[in-house]
Amino acid sequence: MIARATFWQRFCRYPTAIVGLVILVLVMAVAFVGPIVYGGDPWAMVAAPFIWPGQDPAYPLGSDSMGRDVLSGLIHGARVSLFIGVAATCAAVLIGVLVGSAAGYFRGLIDDALMRFTEVFQTIPNFLFAIVLVAIFQPSITVICFAIAVVSWPPVARLVRGQFLTLRQRAFVESCVVIGMSTPRIIFTQILPNCVAPIIVTASIMVATAILLEAGLSFLGLGDPNVMSWGAMIGFGRQSLRTAWYLAAIPGIAIQLTVLAISFVGEGLNDALNPRLG
Amino acid sequence: MLEVHDLVVEAKVGDALIRLVDDVSFRLDAGGTLALVGESGCGKSMTALSLMRILPEPAVRIGAGRIELEGEDLVQVSESRMCKVRNSAISMIFQDPMASLNPVHTVGRQIVEAIRSHRDVPKPEARRLAIELLRSVHLPDPEKRIDYYPHRLSGGMCQRAMIAMALASRPRVLIADEPTTALDTTVQAQVMALLKSAQRETGTAIILITHNLAVAADAAQNVAVMYAGRIVESGPAREVFRAPRHPYTVGLLQAVPDGADIADGAEIPPLTEIPGNVPRPGLARRGCAFAPRCPRAQPRCAEERPDLVLQDGGPRAVACFFPHEAVLR
Repeated sequence: MIARATFWQRFCRYPTAIVGLVILVLVMAVAFVGPIVYGGDPWAMVAAPFIWPGQDPAYPLGSDSMGRDVLSGLIHGARVSLFIGVAATCAAVLIGVLVGSAAGYFRGLIDDALMRFTEVFQTIPNFLFAIVLVAIFQPSITVICFAIAVVSWPPVARLVRGQFLTLRQRAFVESCVVIGMSTPRIIFTQILPNCVAPIIVTASIMVATAILLEAGLSFLGLGDPNVMSWGAMIGFGRQSLRTAWYLAAIPGIAIQLTVLAISFVGEGLNDALNPRLG
Repeated sequence: MLEVHDLVVEAKVGDALIRLVDDVSFRLDAGGTLALVGESGCGKSMTALSLMRILPEPAVRIGAGRIELEGEDLVQVSESRMCKVRNSAISMIFQDPMASLNPVHTVGRQIVEAIRSHRDVPKPEARRLAIELLRSVHLPDPEKRIDYYPHRLSGGMCQRAMIAMALASRPRVLIADEPTTALDTTVQAQVMALLKSAQRETGTAIILITHNLAVAADAAQNVAVMYAGRIVESGPAREVFRAPRHPYTVGLLQAVPDGADIADGAEIPPLTEIPGNVPRPGLARRGCAFAPRCPRAQPRCAEERPDLVLQDGGPRAVACFFPHEAVLR
């Protein structure tokens, strides 16, 4: 057998992927451990308003217009942003996989119907659609995740459908039919594992998009009013953009770094999981 | 045991219905082997797929006929019943063994799944059975190889694993669709020997689909030669190959190099080819489909289609108005 580079060896060939992974791990560490180490309520008005970063050692990143600790907000917001990114992506992947696999496996009328349905969703501008959904229901983390999932599943469905269309032609699917395996089992235990790699890659990029979507919603005041997220912080900072630009810039940089890191990791995964390279 | 009566397989192209398999009938006895031979596109594989009811529907479907397995008509049964039949009574192995195994699961897992899909045994027991099966198909070192992914096995090993999977359900009929075509010549012989010994042990009947006449002659008791969707000659393999009567069978046999000539080191006589090509299915035609390529064709052949008729009441049947004489070649 030819020695093949392992997944990690291939992943590590891309310096950007490693940088992305390091940043992502840091963000995740902050999200998980941060609120425990750096406790306190991010909503609490603890200091004088508009302390600039570095002005007061007790508040390294300053305070906002209502005297809330920016660092505390950033740390708690990491958790919310990442959670929404991951949860919304999971939901979107679930919908996309169900629709795409059914369309690709059964073909014919079912495929036509499901794909037209998917296209309806694709033609509506994502962000506007998400705004409408959140506006109709009350903004809460669940609704926001749901809204983001609803607007972002179509690419997954199309991807999975494409994979299924080619995979279901392969002889191994026929040999599963031949041993009397049921259709759902063939779909989920035989074909689906064959398209995990592209799904993972797409999902990693979708996490980044979901974080951005959530930030956009929060910026417009459509975030969950009970949780501190990065997007909400930018929204609060908006009113004082000219006098205290750091209020919007700091969470903005956090979002940018995280999204960039996830994109890098996604690209690294794409190359590492692609059997045709390496 | 398995009787196929007047099977018609149709493909829908636009509004037209094209017959890919046209009035095919044959029977297979328990423990027997029937070879379906013919050129590419003659309908052998479609016949096999329709026996399993895995035609690429709705584009291609069974148009008419009966497929009776132990008295049960498989054309009529529900899909869920067919699932059970596939599970227990009929099994199939395919041409390309490497493609027939799922690349993301180990060989063992796939055989275990095949075993557990028809027998209620716990996983460790199924694994033990799987190792036994792999040993019975002479896969070397089965304890280790059971945990290999398919890409680590050679084509021959994969085909052994496929045969093990197909035999896991102890089927009464095993359909082997070009089981050796993708393999090296030396491995071909091993795989055929394996199929034969498996047949002796389990008593399964085999439908062997091949374009390789040597394989057919070696392995099958009965043979049916197909041309353009129809059986043109059938009978005991030995007799059909010794004394072919249909001009098409004669042509096929003349197109095969004779091993004896090569061994003698003598000048190899040029192979005789059959002029022309297999007709495209669906071309409206009267008369015998082989007539345009047939050296013995008469005006009648272009007008009327010969039926497959038994010769001298014996086991042999030929669909030809002017068959070759029944003399040994």
